[in-house]
This record gives sequence, structure tokens and C-alpha cells, in this order.
Amino acid sequence: MKFITLSALSLLLWSSCTFTDKSSTILPIYGSREPVTKTVNGKQVTDTLYQTIPDFKFVNQYGKTINRKSLDGSIYVADFFFTSCPSICPIMHRNMLQVYQTFKNSGNIKIISHSIDPSHDSVPVLKNYADKLGVTGNNWWFLQGQKEATYKLAESYLVAVQEDSKAPGGFVHAGYFILVDKQKQIRGTYDGTKPDEVDKLIADIKTLQNEPANMIAQ
Amino acid sequence: MKVSIITGLLTLIICMVYSCQSEDQIEYMRYYTAGQDLYKTKCQNCHGAQGEGLAALIPPLTDSVYLKANNAKLACYVQNGLKLPILVKGKAFNGQMPPAGLSPIEIAQVLTYVKNSFGNQMGLYNVQQVGKDLGKCD
Repeated sequence: MKFITLSALSLLLWSSCTFTDKSSTILPIYGSREPVTKTVNGKQVTDTLYQTIPDFKFVNQYGKTINRKSLDGSIYVADFFFTSCPSICPIMHRNMLQVYQTFKNSGNIKIISHSIDPSHDSVPVLKNYADKLGVTGNNWWFLQGQKEATYKLAESYLVAVQEDSKAPGGFVHAGYFILVDKQKQIRGTYDGTKPDEVDKLIADIKTLQNEPANMIAQ
Repeated sequence: MKVSIITGLLTLIICMVYSCQSEDQIEYMRYYTAGQDLYKTKCQNCHGAQGEGLAALIPPLTDSVYLKANNAKLACYVQNGLKLPILVKGKAFNGQMPPAGLSPIEIAQVLTYVKNSFGNQMGLYNVQQVGKDLGKCD
């Protein structure tokens, strides 16, 4: 009897282990989704269409135009900030630096930081900011463009951005880091002000890097 | 009987000496602990949990030489913010620090914390001294 209980218990333990192991290797896909019904070989097939990041056109710290296509083939992390931000931006970018340092030498990981205050954050201001942060090369872009376009794009990243004269620095925004896969689908959101969430982001990027291509296509 | 009187007296003396010594210590600890909480809410986002700053954007608070040399001006910087370029740990910083929005007693507490953390050891900075230093702001 004792033996049966023990073996049942160990079996339970074993199965729970494999379960957590499995769930941690596949990241969820966020955002809205809609069913699409197609006719393939005379049969009705229903597929799921996941939300993706729409096209955009901004300028980076080098004055180069960056759009959706510039990120083709890259896993990337997006956030929203402004250089004169007195509240959460310094801590966000202290943490983002860690992401940058970790993946600096792996070519297909990028970071894009959208300025939500383009009237102040001109290209030279962004370049100066990047230089002082110690960011070189093309792994981390600081982007600016039309304010309305940036705010609208923030919605696709499921992030709220707003102007508010009462907030410190004149803007309210959430300090989220958004992880986007090569198919431009959102795979994770992380509070960029919390070091433990940023550690999770780094782990999740590694998971995404190892994700087999055929699985993503599903 | 005699022994117990002597023991009692000795205990009394020890207690008196101990309480005298720790009066300063208690005040220092009161400032330091309150300052630690203020630091977390008002300073840590930019200057970091270890006072490490942020690259070349935000100066660290670990430069004891700078803190000593500018000791009398620090209260003004916290109260009014800072725009001037400053040289910390051999690096120039020319960003802007916003005013912290703290009362004189809070400035005394947070500066007592900063001046005795991150490798700095400058002792208590009380509210009387803050009052004097604030009177000399530019």
C-alpha cells in the first residue's frame, strides 16, 4: 500500500515537473486574434490570425529612416520613453542596458525605444542620449517621428501613452518592455522598472531564439 | 548588602554612560533610516540602488571627494535642482536634475543617508546645518 502511494506521488511530481518545463519553452501570443476561414483543396479550413505590429516610419538616432521592414528577421524589444523624463525612464534604461549588453553580439536581437516627446527629442538629442548611455552600432535604436503616429503605434503594443501637464515631465506612460517575435507578434510584456521582470525578459528572448521556425508558423 | 549597593551603582553609571553615548547615535540612525526611505522614492530611479548613477547620463553618488568638496551646496542642489555641468569621478555631467520637492528636515535626512552610504562616511547632517546651507543658495 505504502509503495503504491509513494510511486503515485512520485509520478505526480514527475508529471508536474515536465508540465512546467513544457510551458516555459513556449511563450504565449498576445493581442487580439480572429478566425479566418479559407478553402484549401475543396475543404473549409479555419485558421487563427494573430495580431501583429502594423507598419510605421520613424527616424533613428543616426537620422536613418526605420520602418517595419527594418526589423524583418529580428526578435526585438520595444519601449516608450523621452530623454527628459524625470520619473521612470532612467530606471527603465538602466535595466534595458542589461538586455543590450546580453545580446549585443547576437545579430538578430534589436531594441527600439520610441520617444513620445519628438518636439524635444530631435535626432541630435537622441544621438547624444545614446552616446551617453554607451550605446553604439545598430542593436538599439532610439526613434522619433510624428507624435500622433507614435501614440497610435503604442496602442498596437498594448501600451498606454498620454500627454498630461500635471505628470512629472509632462507625459504619463507605463514602463513596459514589449517582446516581439520575428513574425511581429507580441510574445511578452515586462515591467521595465523591475529587475526581476527584466531577468525574465532576457530568459524569454533566449527561449524565442531557440523556437523552431515551423512552430511559429502555426 | 555592600556588594549589591556597589553593583547597583555600577549598573547606574554604565547605563548613564551608555545613554549619553547613544543619544547622538540614535539621532543619526533616525535621520539615516528616514533618509533611506526618501532616497528610494525620490532619488533611486535615477541615481540607482547602489548610488551608481546611469552611464554618462546621471552622476553616481559614490564620489566622496566631490561630496566633501561641495558639502555646503548639496542641500541647495536637492532643493532647487541642478543645471550646471559638474565633474564627478573625472567625468563631466551636463544634464538637469529636477528639484526634489523635499522639506528642510527631509533634505537633512536624505543627505545623511547619501553621505553615509555607497562608501561615503560623513556622519550626521542635521536640519540646523541644512537651514544654514540653504540660506546661502545661489
